[in-house]
Amino acid sequence: MISIFPSLLSGAVITLQLLVSSMFFGLIIGLIFAILRINKNPIINKFAYGYSYFFRGTPLLVQLYLIYYGLANIELLRNSFFWAIIKEPYWCAIIAFSLNTGAYTSEILRSAFQTIKKGYIEAAQSLGVTKKITFYRIQLPIAIKQSLPAYGNEIILMLKGTSLASVITIMDLMGEARKVNVLTFKPFEAFITAGIIYLFITFIIHNIIKYLEKKYGFQT
Amino acid sequence: MELLSFGDTGWGDELFFATLMTIAVSIAAMVIGFLFALIFTPLKLSKKKSLNIIGNCYTTIIRGVPELLVIYLLFFGGTGAAMYVASIFGYDGYIEINAFITGALAIGIISGAYSTEVFRGAILSIDKGQFEASKVLGIKKNIQFYKIILPQMLRLSIPNLSNVWQITLKDTSLISVTGLVEIMRQSYIAAGSTRDPLFFYSVAAVLYLMLTFLSMKLINKLEVKYSKGY
Repeated sequence: MISIFPSLLSGAVITLQLLVSSMFFGLIIGLIFAILRINKNPIINKFAYGYSYFFRGTPLLVQLYLIYYGLANIELLRNSFFWAIIKEPYWCAIIAFSLNTGAYTSEILRSAFQTIKKGYIEAAQSLGVTKKITFYRIQLPIAIKQSLPAYGNEIILMLKGTSLASVITIMDLMGEARKVNVLTFKPFEAFITAGIIYLFITFIIHNIIKYLEKKYGFQT
Repeated sequence: MELLSFGDTGWGDELFFATLMTIAVSIAAMVIGFLFALIFTPLKLSKKKSLNIIGNCYTTIIRGVPELLVIYLLFFGGTGAAMYVASIFGYDGYIEINAFITGALAIGIISGAYSTEVFRGAILSIDKGQFEASKVLGIKKNIQFYKIILPQMLRLSIPNLSNVWQITLKDTSLISVTGLVEIMRQSYIAAGSTRDPLFFYSVAAVLYLMLTFLSMKLINKLEVKYSKGY
């Protein structure tokens, strides 16, 4: 049990790397698409909706395979400089996870934007605050505060999602657990230890979000 | 398009049966999940602390651990465990557990954790006065549950159960790692033999989108039907 711990921990580091980078890119993508979603132009609006519908309606595994196996099929991409990125499973995983979590994040932020009381915006307007400043100083902070609990759940879902990276040869926590299982034929030890590490990470994320909610949470 | 034709030359019929398999596994998993939820919801709501802890452990652990891990644990560990149990009864041969059963059970355990939370929330949102009123009227505890609580609980939990169904449907794609031929596995096979992964994974994505879209429509209808009179 103790001998398998170092290799699992090195896998956990990869898992955390995947999680942090895909959450970072996902947040940017989510913010952009949430703003597109509340845009009044129906074409932009529909485009953003289509994006989130596709990524929320298909399994993460399909998206991962589409990017890892599928993109390599396109001649144009293979000859461009993008090839340096998409030939690496690590980057494919980050692209897939970012796009996936971006779709969910855009939905979370959109609903947060839409539940902001109209009075705030009207008050800002009547005070002569410009639209830009209203967005950055009033709408955005409120939306972020309101979406904290849902976003915390999304981080935990994504942590579980990163385990899929193991099927495209990345040695993350799940991949290391599989390796231990193959080498030692002890499935229970390998997977239960990995499960405890996953639970531990979930527990930490949960508490950080709880702390942030308490500190910055928004009461309406 | 030729790749999708039915018969020996195309993958149309294979993908069609794979889609049926995905639906079958999802439904089986959902039903197993309900059974788990029916066991664990009372535990989570129970006033006894020890029962409470058992219920909380189930939902916390399953929802905090990757789905793939549960599948691997059952797939690799299940055979060993079954053989160990069989050896106690004096059977020493090799036992292979069917991939369908392992998959449905694994996904069922996961969806059960989500269903438990949904049912718990639904019961908690039923007005307390109803429990008291039925108590005052002298209705027995189990009749109170079956005739008063359960119907309302089901109605209240339909919207959230539709989310659980969507999650379950998408989780079944993970069973492909155990070799059960559902949409994902079939696309993997087709992509491998035709060397056209982009096309077949796109088809898989479209199939999943269709399934989620159709089930959404169906559930919306159910929701309208069961919220009549409210």
